[in-house]
Amino acid sequence: MELALNSLPFLWDGLMTTLQVSFLVVVLALAAGVVLGVGVTYGTAVVYWPIRLYSDFMRGIPILVLMFFVYYGFPVIGLNLDSFWAAVVAMAAFKTAHVIEIVRGAVQSIAIGQTDAGKAIGLTFVQRLVYVIFPQAARRFLPPWINAVTEAVKGTSLISLIGVVDLMLAVQKVIGRTYEPMPLYIMGAIIYFLINYNLSSLSRMLERRFSYIRE
Amino acid sequence: MTETSKEPIVQIRGLGKSFGDLRVLDGIDLDIHRGTVVSIIGPSGSGKTTLLRCINLLETYDEGSLKVDGVEVGYQDSGNGARRPRGDRELAGIRADIGMVFQMFNLFPHLTAAENVMLGLRKVRRKSRDEARAIAEDWLAVVGLTDKLDSLPLQLSGGQQQRVGIARAVAMDPKLLLLDEITSALDPELVGEVLAVVRKLADEGMTMIVVTHEMAFAREISDAVLFIDGGRIQVAGPPREVLVDPTHERLKGFLSRLNPEHNWENAQ
Repeated sequence: MELALNSLPFLWDGLMTTLQVSFLVVVLALAAGVVLGVGVTYGTAVVYWPIRLYSDFMRGIPILVLMFFVYYGFPVIGLNLDSFWAAVVAMAAFKTAHVIEIVRGAVQSIAIGQTDAGKAIGLTFVQRLVYVIFPQAARRFLPPWINAVTEAVKGTSLISLIGVVDLMLAVQKVIGRTYEPMPLYIMGAIIYFLINYNLSSLSRMLERRFSYIRE
Repeated sequence: MTETSKEPIVQIRGLGKSFGDLRVLDGIDLDIHRGTVVSIIGPSGSGKTTLLRCINLLETYDEGSLKVDGVEVGYQDSGNGARRPRGDRELAGIRADIGMVFQMFNLFPHLTAAENVMLGLRKVRRKSRDEARAIAEDWLAVVGLTDKLDSLPLQLSGGQQQRVGIARAVAMDPKLLLLDEITSALDPELVGEVLAVVRKLADEGMTMIVVTHEMAFAREISDAVLFIDGGRIQVAGPPREVLVDPTHERLKGFLSRLNPEHNWENAQ
């Protein structure tokens, strides 16, 4: 136990990297996913099909394959990303596909009458989304989205495989020097758990805030 | 309400719409003059709600022309006879001047009664928060909901919700108000309070098109009644002619099915 506590300073940088990658992935995937999710819900065929194909393809391949593809494959076409950014790009692209589906589900759950009412008072498309649809869809969006965020945080442990020193790789490096795997793996697990437990608590709090819709 | 023009506020010529093989609207011609109330009656599936929803383009139309205040609603005329669908902003501008009240109320559930009325005033009419609030309070007072300003829709009865729906529509100061079976989803004892508000608007000269199943009400407030069946206007005329003394066979059948005990021949 003492060993695990003593190792904390060595894990700190790794934890920071994990949090940075998680944050970037979550923000990028949210921004892209909301735009593409709206596109797939309301778009004409020209907009719908490319997004549909993207989403289905991304959700159909393992994240590790995608990450190796970006890290080892992109240089072939002249795009050299260092391991940190390759990890961020691959994971964000992957997560975006999930956010697209969550947005689509949440937006489609809002009754068509809401759109009619928004149109009838003269709101434009964007105004209807911002003032009518999104505030109501938020409640449907949040639980699966927070779930996706925790998946993303856990998923970042895979970026150690392309050499990014995240929490996972930091744990392994300490193990490499101390030959004490158990306390350190437990320590690592506890840190991942604490991050995600806090996210889930946040999710429950937000759900209560958005509970004005009759089910 | 000032009469700005003798030109009809709504001019419909040869309006047609199909869902696949089904002709929902089939050659509708209709003029509606400013300050008048026109009721549309007809069996379900007759096309009456579709016609109403075409007027603010909640439904598109395939053929013909539909002008509100001289402006073609569905299409931009490009001069050479080609028709191009209107863009989002143009359409929003046209719709802002046409109020609509819905069968299922369609209030925004995340906003209070006052905020429901304020949304269009703030975001479409660009009024300040205080100004919008003052207008909302005025209109909610007109519909008798001064004590419910800050209630959420789910805290209101159906009749109260529908009165908020009316306030939301008229607060925009529309040229025209469309009412789509606004009492059909209400418990019978709540119908009266909603109709009383509509009666008040009619008395103040609001131009209204009313799709309804309330025949007595249609007779009372309308300047003209249209009977639609099979996507066509079958009968049009003053309420007395259409509702009290019908000669058209399908209209007679429709009216007697609505109210079998009523003797339409002798109704005054």
